[in-house]
Amino acid sequence: MELRTETNKTKVRVPMREQPPQERARNFLEVPYGYTPDEAVEEASRCLSCKNPPCRGGCPVEVDIPGFISLVKDKKFAEASYRVKEKNALPAVSGRVCPQEAQCEGHCLLGKKGMAVSIGNLERFVADLEAESGEVRVPEKPKPTGRKVAVIGSGPGGLTCAADLAKYGHQVTLFEALHKPGGVLIYGIPEFRLPKSVVEREVEYISKLGVEFIPNAVIGRLYTIDELLDEHGYEACFVCIGAGLPMFLGIPGENLNGVCSANEFLTRANLMKAYLFPGYDTPIKAGKRVAVLGGGNVAMDAARVALRLGAEKVYLIYRRSENEMPARKAEVHHAHEEGIEFLFLTNPTRFIDDGKGNVCGVECIKMELGETDASGRRKPIPMKGSEFQVEIDVAIPALGTRANPILTQTVPDLAVNKSGYIVVDGETGMTSKRGVFAGGDIVTGSATVILAMGAGRKTAKGINEYLKWKHWEFNGQCI
Amino acid sequence: MFKILKKEELSEHITLFEIGAKDIARKAKPGNFFMLRTHEQGERVPLTIADFDRDRGTITTVFQKVGKTTHHLGTFNEGDHIADVVGPLGNDSHIENFGNVVCVGGGVGIAPVYPITRALKSVGNKVTSIIGARSKSILFWEEKMRSVSDDLLVATDDGSYGTKATVTVPLDEILSRGKVDRVVAIGPAVMMKFVCSTTEKYNVKTVVSLNSIMIDATGMCGGCRVTVGGETKFTCVDGPEFDGHEVDFDLLMKRLQTYIPEERSAMGCGEKNGGH
Repeated sequence: MELRTETNKTKVRVPMREQPPQERARNFLEVPYGYTPDEAVEEASRCLSCKNPPCRGGCPVEVDIPGFISLVKDKKFAEASYRVKEKNALPAVSGRVCPQEAQCEGHCLLGKKGMAVSIGNLERFVADLEAESGEVRVPEKPKPTGRKVAVIGSGPGGLTCAADLAKYGHQVTLFEALHKPGGVLIYGIPEFRLPKSVVEREVEYISKLGVEFIPNAVIGRLYTIDELLDEHGYEACFVCIGAGLPMFLGIPGENLNGVCSANEFLTRANLMKAYLFPGYDTPIKAGKRVAVLGGGNVAMDAARVALRLGAEKVYLIYRRSENEMPARKAEVHHAHEEGIEFLFLTNPTRFIDDGKGNVCGVECIKMELGETDASGRRKPIPMKGSEFQVEIDVAIPALGTRANPILTQTVPDLAVNKSGYIVVDGETGMTSKRGVFAGGDIVTGSATVILAMGAGRKTAKGINEYLKWKHWEFNGQCI
Repeated sequence: MFKILKKEELSEHITLFEIGAKDIARKAKPGNFFMLRTHEQGERVPLTIADFDRDRGTITTVFQKVGKTTHHLGTFNEGDHIADVVGPLGNDSHIENFGNVVCVGGGVGIAPVYPITRALKSVGNKVTSIIGARSKSILFWEEKMRSVSDDLLVATDDGSYGTKATVTVPLDEILSRGKVDRVVAIGPAVMMKFVCSTTEKYNVKTVVSLNSIMIDATGMCGGCRVTVGGETKFTCVDGPEFDGHEVDFDLLMKRLQTYIPEERSAMGCGEKNGGH
C-alpha cells in the first residue's frame, strides 16, 4: 500500500489503525480501531465536494455523502451523524460491512487517479462518536397515522424498512424468528468485524423510533401472513426473511461429523457465542486444520473465526482465481494478513472418513479457467488427474443458500420463482398478494447487507404510498 | 419469557412441564416440536410437543435429563420462566384413516407419540400401541396411551414390567398376525432403526420422527441434516417425520454423537461451578 506523504496527500487516504494481524488472529476484538477526530477531519478534507456527486449514486440508500463529509470537515460531528441518519438507520453497521469499493467509493472521482475518500470509515466514525457521546438524537415522533405494518425479519432490510415506516408515523411491529433482533448482523457477521454491541445500539435506536420487536416468532408457523392481515389488524406486511437453507456440494462424505455449513459455524460462534464455551452452553467444533469452501464474505468470516478459535491451519478453497472472488476486498486482505492459506483454482471432490464417521481430509482437484459463463466470470474446468488430498478435521462449506420455504409455503397466493424466491415489482416491492411486500435475500438470493437495506428503504416508500392510496399493482396489472 | 405452570417428575430422569404459550398452543398439531433456550448463556434445544391445550393456552413437553441444558431445565420449578420458547415447528403429522395402525413409543418418545396416537384414533383408525422402556421405573403415560388406543402392549428391556423384550418383539408378532397399514415409531434412534428393519420385512410404511441436533430450527444452519432416500434433508423444515425405511439411521446416530466430548466437558464444568 502506498504511504501517505506531504506531496501525495490528496491521492492517498488516511489509513485506519488496526490490531496487528498476529495478535488479532487469536482474539475476537474488532480489527480496525476507527478514526480519531483529527484523522477523520484530515480524511474528510480530501473530499472534492463535487457539484454532482457520483458517490451518492453509488449508495443504495442515497446517503448525502458530500453533505455529511463537509460537516466532518467543519468538525460538526454530531450534525454529520444526523445527516447520515436521515437516509441510513444503521450507519455504524454499513460503515463497517458495506462493500464500499463497489458502491459509493467506487464512484468517487479521487479514485480515478488515486485512492477514493474513505466514505465508509467516515460514516463509521460519525456514528460511533454520536453513540459514544451518550446523546443519541431521536427524531421527533411524527403524527401517528394509525396504520399498522408488520415487518417480518429483523435483519438489515427489516430494520431499515421498520425505521423508515416509523418515521412516516406508522405503527410498526418487527417479527423475528430468533431470540435476538438483527438477523445476519447478529448470527452471521462475526464480532471482530461487527461488534454485537454496535448492532444492539442500532436496534435500540430503532426501538426508540417506536418500533415494537417480537422475538421468537416464526411467521408461517406461529402466525401466517393471512392471520397478520386479517386477524391482527396489519394493513401491510414486509417479508424480509433473508437467506435460507445453506447449500452443500453434493459430494461424498459431506454429512460426516466435522463438516458443517458456514451458517451453522457462524451462528454457533456469533449468535450463540460458542467462542466463549463453556461460559456459554453452545459448543462448536473448532478444528486444528480447517478447510473453508467458497470465496464470498461468509467464507472469509468463517475462515477468520476458525483461526480465532485456535486452528493451526486454515485453508480457503475456491474453485476460481482470486480475481473472481466475490468477497469484499478488505476482508480478503485481512484474511491474507492473518495467515489464511488460499487454495485458488481448487475444487473439493470428496470428504474422507477417518473410519469413525469424522472427516479427516478433503480430496480436491485443480481447476483452470475457461470461457466466460452466465455470471460474467470465467468458468472453472477440472484438470484431469490433478487430484490431491488435504488433511483436515473440520470442513466448512460456504456456498450460498437456497430460498427458505417456511413462510412462502404457507401463503399459496404469493408468487415465487422456480427457485422459491418471492417475485416482486422492482420499484415498490409489491408481490402478487395484495398487502404483502418483499425484499432482500428472499427476493434476490444471497446478496449484501446494504442491498437489503436499499430494498428496505425502497419498500418503505412503496408501503407508505400503498397505505395512502390502496392501489396495488403487480406485473403491470392492478389487483 | 414463558412461565412453567406445571411440573411433574414422571421418573427419576424424565420431567414434564406444562408451559404457558398461548399462541403456540393455538397452532400446535401432533408431530410438531419447539425450541427452547433456558437463559441468556443457554443453548437452543429442540423438544417435542407432547400435548397442547388451546383453552388453557399451554403446551406440554416431556424431556429426559441427558445433557447440560436438560439437567439445568430440570432444576426449573412451577412458576419459573424460560427465556425463549419458539414454535410450533416442523411439519404436522399426516393424520388420516389408514385402517390398522401401530404406534410405538420408546422411552421419552412415548410423549410425542401420544398426540399422534390420539389423532389417529380420533379419525377412526384401529390403533394398537406399544410402549417400551429400559425398566418399569422409567415408564410413563401407560394409562394415557391406553385411553387413546384400542389395544396397548408394554415391554421393558429388563422384564420389570410387561413383556421382557424390546418393542420390536411385540411389533413383529402384531405384524405377523394380520394386516397393518401403517406404523408410527418415536424413540431413541437405535429403537427406530430396529422398528424399521422389523416393518421392512412386512413392507409396512413406517413413519419416524427424528431428533437431530438443531440451532435455529428454521432451515438456516443445516446442522440437522440427515440422509433420507439417498438425499440430504433438513429435519427442521423437511421433517421431523420421515419414511423410516428411507432414513440412514447409522448416519443419524453418528451425527447425534458430534458434540459428546464438548457436552461431557460442559457437564464437568457445570458441576465445578455448582451449575446454574
